[in-house]
Amino acid sequence: MSEHSGAATRTLVTIICEAVLESRLLKDLDALGAPGWTISEARGSGSRGVRASDWDNNSNIRVEVVCGRPVAEKIMQYMQVHYYADFAMICFLSDVEVLRLHKF
Amino acid sequence: MGWDPVVLFFIFGLVAGLLRSELKLPPALYETLSILLLLAIGLHGGVELAAQASPALLWQMLAVLLMGVALPLIAFPLLRILRFGRIDSASIAAHYGSVSAGTFAVVVAYMVTEEVFFESYMPLFVAILEIPAIIVGIILARGLSKQTHWGELGREILLGKSIMLLLGGLVIGVLAGKEAVAPLEPLYTSMFPPVLALFLLEMGLIASRQMSALRSVGLRLVFFALLMPWLGAGVGLMVGAGIGLSIGGTAMLATLGASASYIAVPAAMRLALPEANPSLSLAASLGITFPFNILIGIPLYLQAAQWLLTGASS
Repeated sequence: MSEHSGAATRTLVTIICEAVLESRLLKDLDALGAPGWTISEARGSGSRGVRASDWDNNSNIRVEVVCGRPVAEKIMQYMQVHYYADFAMICFLSDVEVLRLHKF
Repeated sequence: MGWDPVVLFFIFGLVAGLLRSELKLPPALYETLSILLLLAIGLHGGVELAAQASPALLWQMLAVLLMGVALPLIAFPLLRILRFGRIDSASIAAHYGSVSAGTFAVVVAYMVTEEVFFESYMPLFVAILEIPAIIVGIILARGLSKQTHWGELGREILLGKSIMLLLGGLVIGVLAGKEAVAPLEPLYTSMFPPVLALFLLEMGLIASRQMSALRSVGLRLVFFALLMPWLGAGVGLMVGAGIGLSIGGTAMLATLGASASYIAVPAAMRLALPEANPSLSLAASLGITFPFNILIGIPLYLQAAQWLLTGASS
């Protein structure tokens, strides 16, 4: 399938974290070479309890970046070093297939 | 005298939340309501400010600024005596040194219903009081360390939502003047109580969730959250009387001193002191101090101001 359509594999970085980090994360992503990002509001529960996103201080965001594997790993490393200890955050990588490879 | 319906809305929210009701206001509505309240307060203050501005205001502002520095310095040793860690103490002290704009909206409505005069430029003091405690809190935790990103933090604090809305409203009010603002005046008059009632309904729901979190944080925190409003109100009363505010203004400054931030400071502390436990300060400020001020504190502070100022003048 991918050969016919010309789709290629890229890495999707998904970060789910406290909304308060948004502006700081965007600066980091820029510096780490992320080619673009998508942010959405998120709700959920995890080791730090329910984050219901029902008012300012309790909201979460989901940040998604599609990029090459090296950048993706760099982002994940960076998150671990700078945020894992003190913030509610998870970050994971998955393979995705994309067209228009030059965008990522 | 019947119960104040605005306060009843708060209790309604508390009860509904404690019963684990499904009731929930859409987050966008909550945000809209708080924007309306802050803009209305700022705008009205600005209109009146244009009429009453005087050079004395400058040193009053300075005194209020010093009050903002003093409050966390009172809270911090108290928290250390209660054996909270240094970072947590600093973070909680910053919350209690700063102010709650929601509490301020309630005290404004209370003064209007009770027909007590207060200085129109009180919103200016809210904006001034919001900032110094944050800086003092960070210094208490870290000293003047290079680790702190003061630039980012400064932007976060100064351009934060409540300060922007209050000051934006004030400036528009000053520039436009009373007559031009008249068509917008319902924001402050007829619309204010219904907006505040809905806002407090949601605050009740939020506070109830923090109350359930209290079980895990312990009695020391409850003790602090009930004690600190008295100390803060005391400081506010002294400063208010000292700088020559009216009875209403003094009671409002006492309320501001007694209140604890739950929006601006939590966000700033998350960024500046991430290792501080945010649920401690939120449980204290929203779960105990906010309800305490709304239900019991505000009428008491007005009585205290009446006693202090009429006692002093007679």
